[in-house]
Amino acid sequence: MSLIEVKDLSREFTIRKRAGLLRRTSVVKRAVHDLTFEIDAGEMVGYIGPNGAGKSTTIKMLTGILVPSGGSAQVAGLEPSRRRRELARRIGVVFGQRTSLWWDLPLRDSFELLRRIYRIPDKTFRRNLEDHVAMLDLGDLLDTPVRQLSLGQRMRGDIAAALLHDPEILYLDEPTIGLDVVSKGRLREFLRALNHERRTTLMLTTHDLGDIEALCDRVIVIDDGTAVFDGPLPSLRTGGGASRTLVVDLVDEAAPIAVEGAEVVKVEGPRQWLAFPAGSSAAPLVSQVAAGYDVADLSIHEPDIEDVIRNLYGG
Amino acid sequence: MSGAQHSQVGLYAAVAARSFRRYSTYTAATLAGIFTNSVFGIILTFAYLALWEQNPTAGGYEVDQAVTFVWIGQALLMTIALWSGGSTDDLAERIRNGDIAVDLYRPVSVLGWYLAADLGRGLYHFATRGVAPTIVGAVLFGLVVPSPAGVVGFAISIVLAVVVSFSVRFLFAVSAFWILDATGPRVLLSVLATFFSGLTLPLNLFPEGLRQVALALPFASYIQTPADIWLGRHTGADMLAAIGLQILWAVVLLALCSLVLRAATRKVVVQGG
Repeated sequence: MSLIEVKDLSREFTIRKRAGLLRRTSVVKRAVHDLTFEIDAGEMVGYIGPNGAGKSTTIKMLTGILVPSGGSAQVAGLEPSRRRRELARRIGVVFGQRTSLWWDLPLRDSFELLRRIYRIPDKTFRRNLEDHVAMLDLGDLLDTPVRQLSLGQRMRGDIAAALLHDPEILYLDEPTIGLDVVSKGRLREFLRALNHERRTTLMLTTHDLGDIEALCDRVIVIDDGTAVFDGPLPSLRTGGGASRTLVVDLVDEAAPIAVEGAEVVKVEGPRQWLAFPAGSSAAPLVSQVAAGYDVADLSIHEPDIEDVIRNLYGG
Repeated sequence: MSGAQHSQVGLYAAVAARSFRRYSTYTAATLAGIFTNSVFGIILTFAYLALWEQNPTAGGYEVDQAVTFVWIGQALLMTIALWSGGSTDDLAERIRNGDIAVDLYRPVSVLGWYLAADLGRGLYHFATRGVAPTIVGAVLFGLVVPSPAGVVGFAISIVLAVVVSFSVRFLFAVSAFWILDATGPRVLLSVLATFFSGLTLPLNLFPEGLRQVALALPFASYIQTPADIWLGRHTGADMLAAIGLQILWAVVLLALCSLVLRAATRKVVVQGG
């Protein structure tokens, strides 16, 4: 059995609006519908989609703070909304835009309160505190009140806090939002090590495709409440209907190159851009071009993951 | 006591201790508050002195008891967070901005958590904004000193005062789940609490019918009941009855808080906010 099993999961919201003085109309919005996926222990999965696609709604249902209106979800063998408290001891959640730390207290005090909330055994607590504090570089910040921390420092504190009770699953909702490049890099490195060393399963929602490329072997793309892609990152490039680009530098300016299986999308002096399907090999194309034209240089560009996803949302 | 219960008590004690420490970082606010309480205490004392000159036994209080009543009111004002400043303000803010989701998600009672935090805060405010103005009042005007039994009764009574006041504030804060802007209800609560707690005038000065009603309301637990215990108006069985009424209100209101919180959680979890 998989660690996370989601089958035909749906969630509707009723939005009531005022229509005149006394009359009210209500509109039913489907935030998530017919969502099905499984995640195994030790996976790192990117969960991406545009704003309002249903990412947060899914995470809320998986943590048990929102009851599904249809379908089923099982996390670590538990039904989240019925066993919310029990499940909370086995999962960790980091919301990029909220904090689970106490604003006016030093970081150390938040950790101490969490130790009691989750009834973490002393040994586990000390080991996790030592490990995470060292790896997340929080040592000098333990006695600083949370309100004085920078966004990046606070986020590292939040991640350390979510991991104190050794969760099997860590949900991260926009963990790198607002962070600078260096902080992002450090955080990604930490998450990779966490997954590698402790086999913690990571599910990550993000708008930052850099996070996905750096961390996730697998991507689930959700649009309009349902999954439109689920698979490894490389096949998102090939399966997304995207194209690769062959850039040809000719010795002299020439008419657009005519070869089979590709078309010229741009010409700039002696340089020409040829688009071809991401699923096919570049080799026959290169030999055709080389045979028919006087070529000075060649290069191949992989499709930009953002373009691929934009394609998916659009479709 | 089982191990699980024991660690729950430990958790709430830790929450109360952290809350105490948190408020103790706002030294400037505390000093300004002590100054304000002292000034208001002095102004009210002169008003009472004028009143008691006209009627030396108004409400059954001697003039020195009336003056002491003023300073007890000033001492308890912040201890019970009569107008604002309690942990319930944090709760209201977290409901408004959605951070309440983080609280609901934790394996711990939200009601117990905020009550523990409010008790820790109350202890801090009593030790600072309670004790300091009382010393000012005692030095300037001389205050009535209670019997040893009165001191014990007073101590129990102010803990219950904080619990009752917390429960009422909690109910109003949780109303933010249903009412988008809870400013109106909060203003109403402030007015009711100011009038019916005994802060402005001892409830015993009210006309008989209103006096009976006012003494039965939970607001009487805020200032009137602890003050009457301090002043020796409630002794023996009478004191136990007064404390019993506070306990009754505390139990009823906390049960109500628990029900309302459950409904609110249901609303968030089932209806989705």
